[in-house]
Amino acid sequence: MILDGLLPVLISVALALLVIGAVRRVSLWRAGQPESVNIVAGLLAMPRRYLVDLHHVVERDKYMSNTHVATGGGFVLSMALIVLVHLFGVDSQWLAWALLAATALMFVGAVFVYKRRQSPPSRLSKGPWMRLPKSLLVFAATFFVVTLPAAGVIPAEAGGWLLAVILLAGIVYGLGEMLFGMGWGGPMKHAFAGALHLAFHRRAERFGGGRSTGLKPVDLGADILGVDKPRGFKWNQLLGFDACVQCGRCEAVCPAFAAGQPLNPKKLIQDMVVGLAGGTDSRYAGSPYPGKDVGNARGGPDQVITEGLVNPETLWSCTTCRACVEECPMMIEHVDAIVDMRRFLTLEKGNTPNKGAETLDNLIATDNPNGFAPGSRMNWAADQNLRLMSDVKEADVLFWVSDGAFDMRSQRILRAFVKLLKTANVDFAVLGDEERDSGDVARRLGDDATFQSLAKRNIETLRKYKFNRIVTTDPHAFHVLKNEYKDFYPQGEGNYEVYHHTTFINELVKASALRLDLYKGGAVTYHDPCYLGRYNGEYDSPRELLAELGIELAEMERSGFRSRCCGGGGGAPITDIPGERRIADMRMEDVKATGAELVAVGCQQCTAMLEGVVEPRPEVKDIAEIVVECLVEEVH
Amino acid sequence: MQPEARNENLNPTGIKVVSLISIGQHPQSGRARRAEQDARAVELGLNLVGTGLELLHAGEGDETVMRSYLGMGLPKMTLLKQRDHCDALPVLAEYLARKVPDLVLTGVRAESGEASGMLPFLLGEKLGWPVINRIAAIGEVVDGEVEVLQALPRGQRRAIKVRLPFIASVDMAAEAPRQSAYGPGRRAAIDANATDGVVDAVRTGWQESPARKKPKRLKVVKAKTAADRFKAATAKPQGGGGKVMKNESATEQAQAVLDMLVEEGVIR
Repeated sequence: MILDGLLPVLISVALALLVIGAVRRVSLWRAGQPESVNIVAGLLAMPRRYLVDLHHVVERDKYMSNTHVATGGGFVLSMALIVLVHLFGVDSQWLAWALLAATALMFVGAVFVYKRRQSPPSRLSKGPWMRLPKSLLVFAATFFVVTLPAAGVIPAEAGGWLLAVILLAGIVYGLGEMLFGMGWGGPMKHAFAGALHLAFHRRAERFGGGRSTGLKPVDLGADILGVDKPRGFKWNQLLGFDACVQCGRCEAVCPAFAAGQPLNPKKLIQDMVVGLAGGTDSRYAGSPYPGKDVGNARGGPDQVITEGLVNPETLWSCTTCRACVEECPMMIEHVDAIVDMRRFLTLEKGNTPNKGAETLDNLIATDNPNGFAPGSRMNWAADQNLRLMSDVKEADVLFWVSDGAFDMRSQRILRAFVKLLKTANVDFAVLGDEERDSGDVARRLGDDATFQSLAKRNIETLRKYKFNRIVTTDPHAFHVLKNEYKDFYPQGEGNYEVYHHTTFINELVKASALRLDLYKGGAVTYHDPCYLGRYNGEYDSPRELLAELGIELAEMERSGFRSRCCGGGGGAPITDIPGERRIADMRMEDVKATGAELVAVGCQQCTAMLEGVVEPRPEVKDIAEIVVECLVEEVH
Repeated sequence: MQPEARNENLNPTGIKVVSLISIGQHPQSGRARRAEQDARAVELGLNLVGTGLELLHAGEGDETVMRSYLGMGLPKMTLLKQRDHCDALPVLAEYLARKVPDLVLTGVRAESGEASGMLPFLLGEKLGWPVINRIAAIGEVVDGEVEVLQALPRGQRRAIKVRLPFIASVDMAAEAPRQSAYGPGRRAAIDANATDGVVDAVRTGWQESPARKKPKRLKVVKAKTAADRFKAATAKPQGGGGKVMKNESATEQAQAVLDMLVEEGVIR
């Protein structure tokens, strides 16, 4: 065929362009801050991370996972064989037949991609992404036909000039999209950046079924605290942004987006891409930040992000619920990026919105967010006769009371839990006035200096006493104590176990330390707190415990790892960015949809947020309170 | 909030402003902090002359507190280093007399230490400058004169024109201070000047003890309507015996003041 001479040239040119584009792209990422990554181990682990970990997330959408396996697998296979057959001219009918099979597989996959794009859901980006299925079809079909002679199906001389011209156009278009586009920022960029992102992921612990959710500490001696410009991110964070496929699964689960607050995780990541490459967001073809027009954002690697690229309100809308991170098939870390940029706003600009500054000042001056006298921390337990660690020095269980001590609603939860501890004869003690805020809010508001100060002083207190485990009713304190204090302990220390109270009560019940009656009441549903569920993977204990009370949960559509945030995390109630709806109201709608009369929660923030929804609405109770109601007390 | 880059070192009025800063004390925890009124004085100064504002503290200069003032966006400050039991007045007066700023801003009263509220007045006496107390805002400087807004009880304001230089104490009614940012505060320079402090002999003899709350007379509000309650909460106390003299001659007015002072036993 006429193409025989031209084809290797075209493939070589496309490959060369891909390499040039890739090198340029890599240099964009390398503009970021250094971060040590084991390059070899990462690359070796990459196939497994792709085939197992990533696929595990993609598989939540069966249609798309099958489609992607066919299309992506078909393409990778085709490309390898194209190089062998058409570039190096390996004369083997076996290879040619394999190539035919691969392109056929890719074509079938591409047909499903095409079907999906006929009426795409709003979360998907349009623009160049609408072109992609056609490009895939053209690429697969063209190379199928071009390979036919090599497989001996048709004679090499078959077809006339017309067919040759059509095939030539197909080859140029197909190679252009698949190879040139991959290196130069087209939709196929995701394959190249995504593969490397998986290899050099900043949280390698997430692969192989692990979990890594604690925020990374700020070096307080650095010249700039937090991330001011795209260049301020670690290089592998920039790489992560580039891996985005704009599938919008993050957008679909983001509570702030649903509430009409000016945040869309997908757009945020795309804005980061605009920032790292330089330019404007005018080519972005997905949903905007609610209430903000697309096309006005402009940025570059050395331009301050919050001056023109991303409005600070966008960053402060996030509740750090991690729903986007959990859903992201590319395992991008949105929350890390948002907190990094918040750190700059708070630590360098002194610009935390609304009550942020006041809360931080209170945390600095009184160790609690509302400025109460530190000496009144134990007032709630005046009648509880609790043992203080400073008196006993040693106990099996350290009960971390948290700032719920200052809030009358939370005190009811604390009392309920104390009653359970006493009934089960648990050897426990509290820190009393020695306890301080865990630092959760300060950290999510970007003030890592205050977080570190609180953490270090708390650790100093904890190190004075002997205990086997810490139990707390506050999932935020739970997360911080469990995952974020380790960075500040002296080497080899801090190996205590941390329990959320639902886990702990569940253990007590299993050990028959508590006698429980059956729950008498209507239908019950359970709201998973983000910091217990997605952050720490505890979905079962609360459910087991409720089942123990004879409760058959009426599960919400969004529960477990897909639980929707109550709106109370990440300092969102403090920064209070206006939207069209309240996140807590939406969550209560979820509750109502199950027909439940009671929603069981395991977090005082969730309790406060959900009880803030106007009546009539289902009742809100902490699991500790529900268990206490069912407690059979022995009369002596 | 940090001053924008374009405002840096920009001093539209061309005047020299010094804000005196002290070690505050949180009412609940007793912990040292940025004092609320002094922070407002810094805020006023920043809005007036940007980063041209000079921060001045006499004492040991608790670093965390100093840096929390600096975190409002100032690259440096002056510390007149002396032991905490030394009197702040002589070193401040000496320094200010040497530097001759146009305007000195202070809080009304310190949150810790003696907290007598006398410092601005004593400084004014030493320097021979007028003192305006409890200001809420400062207007533009025109020909060496500036209009300040003095805060009076119940949200009232009095506009006063003052000729520079003068000392002003800043009321809580002034604009709330901007957030202090950790990074710039940490990087800012503290110019420490050793001074030979004068030991405050009177103060060393004192003993400090926590204040006791004074018993308060119960105020029974008999108001029936919300409007009445509002009035009771906001109206001026109907003190008897006051006299407003507007049309009398200056001599008559002065005589009335003198008579009152004699009557009250202030002058004998």
